[in-house]
Amino acid sequence: MASINIKSLNKFYGKTHVIKDFSLEIKDQSFTTLVGPSGCGKSTLLRMIAGLEEINSGTISINDKRVNDLSPKDRNIAMVFQSYALYPHMTVFDNMAFGLKLEKKSNEEINERVLDAAKTLQIQDYLKRKPKQLSGGQRQRVAIGRAITRKPQVFLFDEPLSNLDAALRVQMRIELAKLHEQLNTTMIYVTHDQTEAMTLSNEIVVLDEGEISQQGNPIELYNNPKNLFVAGFIGSPKMNFINSKVSSIDESRVEISVLGSNITIPKKINKYDDDDIIFGIRPEDITITDGSDYDFQGKAYVVEKLGSNTFIYLDNEGDPIVIEASGDSLIKVGDGVKIKFDLNKTNLFNSKNKFRID
Amino acid sequence: MKKLTFTSIFSQLLLLIFVIVWIVPTFGLFISSLRDKDVLAISGWWTSFTTTEVNEIYRTEGNESQIKEGDHYYIKGNLFGEDKGKQIFRFGVTSKNIDEFEVGSTAIFKDKTKITVFENGDYIWKSQEEFKKKKGKRVFVSAKSPPSFTLDNYKEVLFKEGLGQAFLNTFAVALPSTLIPLIICSFFAYALTWMKFYGRDILLASIIASLVVPLQMSLIPILTVYNDFGALFGVAAKSYPGIWMAHTGFGLASTTFLLWNFLKSLPSEMMEAAKVDGATHYDTFLKIVVPLSIPAFASIFILQFLWVWNDLLVGLVFLDKHPSEIILTAKLKELLGSRGENWEILTTGAFVSMTVPLFIFFSLQRYFIRGLVAGSIKG
Repeated sequence: MASINIKSLNKFYGKTHVIKDFSLEIKDQSFTTLVGPSGCGKSTLLRMIAGLEEINSGTISINDKRVNDLSPKDRNIAMVFQSYALYPHMTVFDNMAFGLKLEKKSNEEINERVLDAAKTLQIQDYLKRKPKQLSGGQRQRVAIGRAITRKPQVFLFDEPLSNLDAALRVQMRIELAKLHEQLNTTMIYVTHDQTEAMTLSNEIVVLDEGEISQQGNPIELYNNPKNLFVAGFIGSPKMNFINSKVSSIDESRVEISVLGSNITIPKKINKYDDDDIIFGIRPEDITITDGSDYDFQGKAYVVEKLGSNTFIYLDNEGDPIVIEASGDSLIKVGDGVKIKFDLNKTNLFNSKNKFRID
Repeated sequence: MKKLTFTSIFSQLLLLIFVIVWIVPTFGLFISSLRDKDVLAISGWWTSFTTTEVNEIYRTEGNESQIKEGDHYYIKGNLFGEDKGKQIFRFGVTSKNIDEFEVGSTAIFKDKTKITVFENGDYIWKSQEEFKKKKGKRVFVSAKSPPSFTLDNYKEVLFKEGLGQAFLNTFAVALPSTLIPLIICSFFAYALTWMKFYGRDILLASIIASLVVPLQMSLIPILTVYNDFGALFGVAAKSYPGIWMAHTGFGLASTTFLLWNFLKSLPSEMMEAAKVDGATHYDTFLKIVVPLSIPAFASIFILQFLWVWNDLLVGLVFLDKHPSEIILTAKLKELLGSRGENWEILTTGAFVSMTVPLFIFFSLQRYFIRGLVAGSIKG
């Protein structure tokens, strides 16, 4: 049972302002993911919650108790590191029991807790091995096991899957989701991988240069990005952004000129004075057509066949336009492709402050 | 097979040269220490593996040992005193012609007495009249000397010359002088690496800077302070604790620096994991850092131990020269003065002083090499 409350938190490294007046409420039993590009301050934030990084100003409270000055062990948290950070000279069992031994728990209790955790993570067979005799995935399991044995109120994960290969990453992702289901504790997860963020969490916090860019559940963020940064960050391949000109705006629709053709978007937008506008559309909201009614025609210069679907990159001045097509698409590199935008799923962004305006 | 490039051949050759330059004198010293002291003085150690020809002068026994058999008087004996495995092949009785006679044949002295010399040095000296002279006669022999080695030099050096005691004294100096700084510096280096406190970087910089100060410069001031301090508590001016302290002091900076270098290569996430697990700095140090630093400790142990073992200057300044305190190097230096012509003592003494460094190096070299490539531990 633990909710976390962060109020106007600030962190400086020398003169660099890393975390800027940051406030965030993390609900009990939630799985909250902090995402953002590298250098956005997400790891620093996590380490401040863990107590590994000093707080310059502001407060962090766990269960309404101010923890600013508590050492990590008194915060009732456990942390899983990117590089596993196992103790190389100890066996798996000792690695997992280290914290409990320091707490002076009885041998039976230590045994029971370690075996429980090992069972949950299916590493019972490796308890006598040293970390170097384990594969990357097994090591990360041990690191997670070490966190579990301490039965913390809050789990902190610092990019735990980044060191694993793709297949293992998917597998561990599923296991982490399962683990959250089983343990029902608050988990905070830091990653730069938007797929992990989307699949694991019930709350995503997108960070940009030490500030919250947007916060919400994954689908909300996907469907209604508040600004260009979030729109570009969530979703893979990322949303297409096309610099456009406003032709006319009235009560119920916007007419813009995109890539030489005029399109009418049936949405009401707030007052907008600028001529320039950024038109955003996701690859799956673009359809390929044969007819004469198309919005843009371009030459395919990369075709990525993934089996279940195909991504086609169309030549365009500036960024290429990415289209998602069906897996059995016959389009080859060099083919001319005509496309049509799904006008109900468009996003319009202010070209100056990058906020969404529709 | 690795490709042979010019640089690889060059580096291999260079390595070979280094090995030869190091091995040959050491080996020579070792062989010399095992040779008979008489042979040592006249021929190089490399001749000791083959049978060599030597020309020597011996004197027969005098008239006391003559016996009478029938009409004649005989003196029988061995030129070498006892059989030493040398084989005589020619001999002579005058200095003008030292290899006049075939072994086994009979030579006639000026006084008409006859002598027969056999291969193993036995001789029969025959005279018709009673031998008058107390002194025997000179016999020149050309002999083949087979390789022979002996431990006599070691017995002499260790038990008669007092090198054995000096050996133990050096141990009494070297072990504490190695362990004390190692213990102090491991704590210190941990604090410098993983604890945050005000002035840490300045402290580290000053330690590194103090590496520059030569030991010789600080020796006398330290001794003065130490003497005054000792007088205050009524402690003898020169004693073991004094030299332990001196070596500890001189070793502190370099040991700290080397350990700091190693410790900072340990992954910081591991330390943080320990912190989150609830470990205090003391726990982290004892349960994580120390077990992981064994290779570094071993290599620093070797360095410091060898330095103290081979040290002469500090030992001369901080210890007396009487037998219960004199260290090996000082003893060797003393022998060099008083027994400089007795090569067998010097070579043996030198080799005795080398045994411990050699033993330590070979038994711990595994750690030494690992310590030099410190930081290769994966988290």
